[in-house]
Amino acid sequence: MASPLLEVKHLRVEFPGRRGRLVAIDDISFDIAPGEILGVVGESGAGKSLTGAAIIGLLDPPGRISAGEIRFEGRRIDDLPYEQMRRLRGRSIGAIFQDPLTSLDPLQTIGRQLIETIRTHLPMGAAEARRRAVKLLQETGIPAAEERLDQYPHQFSGGMRQRVVIALALAGEPKLIVADEPTTALDVSIQAQIISLLRRLCKEHGAAVMLVTHDMGVIAETCDRVAVMYAGRIVEIGPVAAVIHSPAHPYTVGLMGSIPAMDEDRPRLLQIDGAMPRLNAIPPGCAFNPRCPRAFAPCRVERPELMTAGSTLAACWLHAPALRAAA
Amino acid sequence: MSAALVAVEGLAKTFDVSAPWLNRIAERKPRQFVHAVDDVGFTIARGSTLALVGESGCGKSTVARLLVGLYAPTRGRVVFDGVDAGAAGSARPASIRRRMQMIFQDPYASLNPRWQVSDIIAEPLREHGFGADASAGVGRRRQRVDDRVGELLASVGLAPADAVKFPHQFSGGQRQRISIARALATQPEFLVCDEPTSALDVSVQAQVLNIMKDLQARHGLTYLFISHNLAVVRHVSDEVGVMYLGRIAELADKALLFARPRHPYTRMLLDAIPDIHMSGRARTPVRGEVPNPLDPPKGCAFHPRCPHANERCRVERPQLLPIDGVRVACHAVEEGRI
Repeated sequence: MASPLLEVKHLRVEFPGRRGRLVAIDDISFDIAPGEILGVVGESGAGKSLTGAAIIGLLDPPGRISAGEIRFEGRRIDDLPYEQMRRLRGRSIGAIFQDPLTSLDPLQTIGRQLIETIRTHLPMGAAEARRRAVKLLQETGIPAAEERLDQYPHQFSGGMRQRVVIALALAGEPKLIVADEPTTALDVSIQAQIISLLRRLCKEHGAAVMLVTHDMGVIAETCDRVAVMYAGRIVEIGPVAAVIHSPAHPYTVGLMGSIPAMDEDRPRLLQIDGAMPRLNAIPPGCAFNPRCPRAFAPCRVERPELMTAGSTLAACWLHAPALRAAA
Repeated sequence: MSAALVAVEGLAKTFDVSAPWLNRIAERKPRQFVHAVDDVGFTIARGSTLALVGESGCGKSTVARLLVGLYAPTRGRVVFDGVDAGAAGSARPASIRRRMQMIFQDPYASLNPRWQVSDIIAEPLREHGFGADASAGVGRRRQRVDDRVGELLASVGLAPADAVKFPHQFSGGQRQRISIARALATQPEFLVCDEPTSALDVSVQAQVLNIMKDLQARHGLTYLFISHNLAVVRHVSDEVGVMYLGRIAELADKALLFARPRHPYTRMLLDAIPDIHMSGRARTPVRGEVPNPLDPPKGCAFHPRCPHANERCRVERPQLLPIDGVRVACHAVEEGRI
């Protein structure tokens, strides 16, 4: 296997507060290979967006990385000075956010924003940058790109805006794109268009993607691998097909069972009782143990690390044969 | 199936979105209207669930608001249990209001943050004079209301002790349960649920959907369920209406609609759903976008995106006609072209 494009090792993100520190991301590690699409899925507050923000160096203070490291092409990037990180962001790592309206400047034309981005990252003259901007808009499927370039964001529909945001993210020819809920604000029909666009463009441009979403459907049809997050930890990570068809962690099982299916009739949905714990009240042992239907003694005492479970890695004591035998 | 509890006939709602008078005069702007809902009709049988599904701006939430009386209809009427409930211009009698309630989408915006849960749930009880018979004193009445609030909280899986808390002390899913408890306070027969789970995470959504199904079975409730999520609609509904730009494109029994969608728009919506089980079916993206409702296409509103559109579709607006046991508004289906 080629050396990974992005390596996240033992990352920990904290928010210092008056009543002690809140640990929002607690010791997570994963890799993304060049050209790979990694999905990060979880419910609100699981820490998936924060993971993305930490990678692109856009954690909102007072949030900070308190341990671990992030390496991009073998080089450590989590401790880069602001100015260097700013150059890396956009050039080597692109970003797409949930709400396309707030990621565009309402007072500047689309063309100006695109050309500015292109010229910031690539050595190009104004005319050449404009030609590239038109080409980018065409690639993202915007009709009459030449005229659209001189329009403002409010003249675009939601789906069209998200296409512009994708064009912006691709402008610097990045090797990695961090996409945080890129389709959540869109209708299903537009969502399908944007997902297939994102997948096609990343393949053409050879960019790897970290796709953060709460939508398992989007993960299923887009990603190569998926990481499932719960209460600031990765509880399961593996190839998409394995995680969806034979989930190893009871949380993933519950998550899959709670999604209404299109091809089978169930009178009731599988439900996980309770809610994800707040950051200041994470239970000892496995954070999922109070809601877990299969919890046993060790779960309440010691926190499980990721271990081999079939074809995925799961952080669950059920997959530690020695412990199960003892119990 | 028993008789219809709710019948809607030729319902329409037009919003005036004209520029202010001075601008119209100075800039010669015309008056502008949005036909948010146009000629919508359906019936809901007692104890069943009708789901309305569609994309943003298709008018599904406006229908919900028209039904509960939050908007007055421009045309058409709502008949509730044989009584005309929405005669334009007249206030709806309390006896009917008590029997229909609404659950809103956003559990953060629909509960007053300064009120205790007990007050939130008791408000409809007080409004409709619950427990206020002549012989009961104030203390006795208050006790009855408190007991009822406790009962309601228990019925949605919360603790009666939660009554003294404030909304911010609850998670999104718990807040939505409080909304449901409030809606159930007056023992309504009909609940209008406007995207009740779209703001919730999937595992919490499953909890809320299960509660709603349990309550329906226990109290024989009738639901109008508004959603944009077809998988959720398939799970909860008996009948489904697909809306597009203010009109119903297809209205059918759930099993028929999902097994054999007739309207091209319904087919596109179903094709656009992400395939979670990765059966290898490629998702076909819908072409184009929803047109501007200020300037809807002539003829069939869907024709610019429709692969089967012909000259007639561009000129003549299709009516919702019964075809093979479902109701479809499509010339191509009517003519047997698809």
